[in-house]
Amino acid sequence: MNQPYLEARNITKRFPGVLALDRVNLRVVSGQVNALVGENGAGKSTLMNILSGVYPDYEGEVLVEGEVQHFQSVTDAQQKGIAIIHQELNVIPYLNVAENMFLGREPLNVFGLIDKRRMYREAKELLQRLHCEVDTHTPMVDLRVGQQQIVEIAKALSLKAKVLIMDEPTSSLSEGETILLFDLIRELKSQGVGIVYISHKMDEIKQLADYVTILRDGRFIKEIPMSETSIDEIVSMMVGRDKKDFFVKQPHKYGDIVLETRNICLKDAIHPDKNILTNINLHVRAGEVLGIYGLMGAGRTELFETLFGLFPHDTTGEVWMCGSKVTIRHPEDAVHCGMALIPEDRKIAGLVLGMNVGQNTTLASLAECLTIGLLDKRKEDKVAENFRQRLGIKSYSLEQLAGQLSGGNQQKIVLAKWLLTGPKVLFLDEPTRGIDILAKNEIYKLMDELAGQGMALIVVSSELPEIMAVSDRIITLREGEIGAEFSRDQFSEASILKDALPRE
Amino acid sequence: MSILKQPVVKPLIALLLMCLAMTFLSENFATSDNLFNVLRQTSVNLCISVGMTLVILTGGIDLSVGSVLALTGAIAAGLTRDGLELTGIDTFVGFTFWGGCFAALLLGALLGGFNGCLVTHFKVPAFVATLGTMTIARGLTLLYTGGFPITKLGHGFEVMGTGWFLGVPMPVWIAFAIILFFAFFMAKTRTGRYIYAIGGNEKASLLSGIRTGKVILLVYTLAGILSAEAGLLVTARLDSAQPNAGTGYELDAIAAVVIGGASLSGGKGSIWGTVVGALIIGVLNNGLVLLNVSPFWQQVIKGLVILLAVIMDRYSNRKS
Repeated sequence: MNQPYLEARNITKRFPGVLALDRVNLRVVSGQVNALVGENGAGKSTLMNILSGVYPDYEGEVLVEGEVQHFQSVTDAQQKGIAIIHQELNVIPYLNVAENMFLGREPLNVFGLIDKRRMYREAKELLQRLHCEVDTHTPMVDLRVGQQQIVEIAKALSLKAKVLIMDEPTSSLSEGETILLFDLIRELKSQGVGIVYISHKMDEIKQLADYVTILRDGRFIKEIPMSETSIDEIVSMMVGRDKKDFFVKQPHKYGDIVLETRNICLKDAIHPDKNILTNINLHVRAGEVLGIYGLMGAGRTELFETLFGLFPHDTTGEVWMCGSKVTIRHPEDAVHCGMALIPEDRKIAGLVLGMNVGQNTTLASLAECLTIGLLDKRKEDKVAENFRQRLGIKSYSLEQLAGQLSGGNQQKIVLAKWLLTGPKVLFLDEPTRGIDILAKNEIYKLMDELAGQGMALIVVSSELPEIMAVSDRIITLREGEIGAEFSRDQFSEASILKDALPRE
Repeated sequence: MSILKQPVVKPLIALLLMCLAMTFLSENFATSDNLFNVLRQTSVNLCISVGMTLVILTGGIDLSVGSVLALTGAIAAGLTRDGLELTGIDTFVGFTFWGGCFAALLLGALLGGFNGCLVTHFKVPAFVATLGTMTIARGLTLLYTGGFPITKLGHGFEVMGTGWFLGVPMPVWIAFAIILFFAFFMAKTRTGRYIYAIGGNEKASLLSGIRTGKVILLVYTLAGILSAEAGLLVTARLDSAQPNAGTGYELDAIAAVVIGGASLSGGKGSIWGTVVGALIIGVLNNGLVLLNVSPFWQQVIKGLVILLAVIMDRYSNRKS
């Protein structure tokens, strides 16, 4: 390895009651990609926040070109050429591209006013360097996430970034956008930018990384050249054990059809002549896990939300549950019919973060917690505690606020909430998004267990390996329409992906 | 959870300290006459603030409470004293005291329901919706009263406004009953829980099968009814309905809710916190008068206390 541009040595960071980082090392060499991997809670974000100047107090040393630095703020780090692209992009939605790129450092003219001509010209030049053709006058809110990300990268480059830290940059990108991003990363490498690439997706790391740095539970495990290791080895270092313990699906006996849809269509509320979903016909049997694979924007989340009664005015078609037609005009109807929905973004749609574990668990089934029509705390606690233990939710008690738990535990609360309603069919929208491998595995096992008990499950996922691991049958969703169907013996990444790609 | 961590404790300590300080600063403060006076004056704000708490818990706001108070108070006074002349069909409807009160509460419910409908059905932001209602209700009050007070209201109002029961002023009993009812409602009913859930995360609540629209509609309706009850109290206490009654009361109510530890973004707060918040404002008003502070300075000090309360709350939350 050459002399690193940026180096972190023996970084230790304590939060009240928690040792977040314990003597961690990281090196970033110009023109190379160092992939930083570790489960959620391994300390990746904390380390990045120290390197980018968000946390000024820590033990250990940060060096830039061999000189010890002590960043007091993000600006300090930027001046040394360190820029970070967060997972949740920091954009001001109603300001335009150029205004976002130059936010806080707008070029000024002699009167001290913003020199618009120069701002737009420079913004355009920066974007052109990244082969991006976005109009600099477009408000950020009108761009796709991938385009927003390119704008953020362009902004980082305009700050003369020597090191670019990217935290899960592909988590909300489509496949096409991901390919563009990877080309861009290779281009940046050739321009001499050192990159820290944080991702859970092993195939991306395989494609991009020159080096891999592995963290586990706040400790530094290893830094190793990608050419000398394998994905299996990395994963086993991340979890500290072999990949063999990983989830293997058990086949179950199917029962009768639980849910069937007939010609479900969803009109676009803004453009009524367009459909978001067209003639969706699908069914799922008791004990079966149906996987739906589709790219970003194929209508996956909309499909679940439509079935759940969120758009009664724009929906046509029929839903049949256990052989009888049902009318669902509101999520309340869906719950009564025995549907349950684990939404894609648990913080936005799954949990009330300010309420505690117990209250979140019982939210959809408070009717079970009443005595003479009034809430009975003892009953409620008993029910919630039962599910907390059954799902292994790690919180110090039912009273802990949901917002204080890790992603995996939060997802288990959402699951507990719905299992408590005794659903016949469970919709899972990206059920393991942003949670660590161990918790993922627990959720897979739970899904398998539920299917074994005769529940019907429909899973949406954008990760092919995941959906192939958990499903009995996969259908693709392509621009709001159902594509091909694959039974388990027909599963192959290539053919499923190919079928999900939009047609010309 | 230890008692000290209950969110209501901090404002309660502040209230007790204020009372203690006032006891030393003014010999007239800690007399039963004066304390009942504080409670009686606060009872109006207590009624409104309880309704405001529900609204703020859902993440909304109700600016119309003061105007609703004025309109309902005027209607109750007018109907009870003069009855209702339906000129079109040549009919006269007389109202008893109870009939007048009921009509006022019903009108409060309608105005609150109107707010709720604007917010849930027409998706008007609560601030704007209730601002509109505030102006409409004030205009209707001026139309109904012609700009003059309605006075000489009779025995029923006199008892409600200035009567005593078991050694405690009547308005205090009424406010107390309302507080108990709503504290119970929030703690023990599903709807109470849903109000917290909706304020904490409306989408998650909706997806949990909660009829969020109905709950929000109910909350604004209850706030309207409680404003009407406050209108009755104000009218009864003065034995007159003033067309400009209740001006600025929404701000005192919001202040009480916020001092009581609620978050304006919803999901956090409690009835008891609000009660303490309203009492803090009541003691402050009373104390500043007893200490002969000029009315101009009183406003400045009240504003500073509100800011201080909120800043302290934020600061202590950040630490924990």
